[in-house]
Amino acid sequence: MSSGAFVPNFTRDATVRVLHVKIAVCVKYVPDAAAPKRIDPQTKRLDRSVEGALNPFDVHAVEEALRLKEGGAGDEVVLVSLGPQKALEALRRALAMGADRVVLVADEAAGGSDLVATSYALARALEREEADLVLFGQQASDADGAVMWAAVADRLRRPVVSQAAELTLNDGKVRVKRQTEFGYDVIEAPLPAVVAVSDAINEPRYPSLKGIMGAKSKPQEVLSASDLGLEADRVGDAGSRTSVEALVDPPARGDARKLEDDPNAAQAIVEFLAEKKLL
Amino acid sequence: MSTLVFLEHHGNELQKGSLGVLSKAASLGDDDLAGVLIGSGVRELASEAGKFGAARVYVADDPRLEAPLPQPRVDVLARLVQERGVDTVLFAASVLSADSAAGLAARLEAGLNWDLVDLVNDGGRLVGKRAVLGDSVYVDVGWTSEPRLALIRSGSFEPNATGGSAETEDIKVELEDFSLAATMVEQAHEEREGPAIEDAEVVVAGGRGLGGPENFALVEELAKALGGAVGATRAVVDAGWYPYATQIGQTGRTVSPKLYIACGISGAIQHKVGMQSSGVIVAINKDPNAPIFEFADLGVVGDLHEIVPKLTELVQARRSG
Repeated sequence: MSSGAFVPNFTRDATVRVLHVKIAVCVKYVPDAAAPKRIDPQTKRLDRSVEGALNPFDVHAVEEALRLKEGGAGDEVVLVSLGPQKALEALRRALAMGADRVVLVADEAAGGSDLVATSYALARALEREEADLVLFGQQASDADGAVMWAAVADRLRRPVVSQAAELTLNDGKVRVKRQTEFGYDVIEAPLPAVVAVSDAINEPRYPSLKGIMGAKSKPQEVLSASDLGLEADRVGDAGSRTSVEALVDPPARGDARKLEDDPNAAQAIVEFLAEKKLL
Repeated sequence: MSTLVFLEHHGNELQKGSLGVLSKAASLGDDDLAGVLIGSGVRELASEAGKFGAARVYVADDPRLEAPLPQPRVDVLARLVQERGVDTVLFAASVLSADSAAGLAARLEAGLNWDLVDLVNDGGRLVGKRAVLGDSVYVDVGWTSEPRLALIRSGSFEPNATGGSAETEDIKVELEDFSLAATMVEQAHEEREGPAIEDAEVVVAGGRGLGGPENFALVEELAKALGGAVGATRAVVDAGWYPYATQIGQTGRTVSPKLYIACGISGAIQHKVGMQSSGVIVAINKDPNAPIFEFADLGVVGDLHEIVPKLTELVQARRSG
């Protein structure tokens, strides 16, 4: 259904919330930070066969959703992701933290989707959820992308605010303090809305043992592209509008030096600066 | 090629990043290069863009465009790209540009490549250069359809005033309801003291590794001895240790001094993009695995609380000697 017609789940003049407030958190499965990262020279895509994890920036968005729920501003926290089937295991970490359920769009055909294709698939999954608030983390740790929320918000025709350092949900509105190049702004938007949070917004919790034990039995729905009614030529390579054409060696670094536990480090720095004619 | 450059402005000034991208676009040989100014009361900035290579500046001037929010800008850009048959839209990376570019990508089903450090016109085919995986691999990226959208990493291109002039053309502003739903309640006012850190030849910056706000004194003293400015990371600014005006990184300043000394800074990408084009980078950090050692010219693994005061003394002695 069109999200444009969707009415926020609050009444202005009532002191009690009358309906269920749903928070969706978009999360990405990425190669684990400790795993060696490489680009496959054949496909020119990131090698994703290594151990994977929940994008660390998204963990802050999950934490923020859980805090809103615990503070009484939300009722349900749903994780929405586009990725391989094996992503479920990593997504369980967010369930163990306290999220209620997972919707994973897992389809071979969606592999290699760029911004245009991924935002299309995510928007379809989010429309189906009719969430009041959609949260994103600040960036993906694998591709350094930091823009997905704005593309998804445009498809959903909802207001978007990024770089949130503080977020409150009140009276059918989200109020965000965010940092830009010029300092801190305060922005308000009516629900339903899309917000991307920074990693300075909170310190995420570690899952409890009870949480970990309970995570497996929480609802974990895996959808194919056709389950969601996605058009085949709008996902994966076919739906993407960007391409990687060549891999190039990085420019050679100069004669970089490293000193470890040198008792004369300060003197060594001075000599280095003098040699570079900086003193 | 019909290229459009998004001209970001703040406090009645065109942003240096946008002018750098405009100069680069001009150097790619587009003789119909256009810029677009979106805001309220911004018309007078158009002539400035002409000096940096724009043949034409489209102006969308409307009170509803006053706040620097992305969604109304997507409406203006989408209409302009479609009506004028623009094939390439370039943005200098910023919070506003990134959100505007991604919204536009979805609206027009257009490919967006981000974090580009260079653009090449390969016989009419545009190729973007990107560093990935902590800059360990460079990739050439392209677009499989038009329009092509690109976000350029801060500091990649210097503005180059060639002294031309631009034709100004007002364009119609029609905005979607949802684009006006988010409202600015309180807009940031830049607070700055002392010389701008962008202009300093030496920057000494401190991060979480300082251990506490009181230890910024170590950084300040070294900066003073070197005749430089003080910088800070986002983490310590968000923690309230040091003012925002000194923040270096993606949502702070971009600097490229001759010398950059990083004290207790891990070197996450957020920070790196704001200082990587510095001439010489010296890093002092106790964690030998800190990413900053991957791009420092001189990496010193050790306790900054011991090294920095000693270094300050030595520099002072040398300068007075």
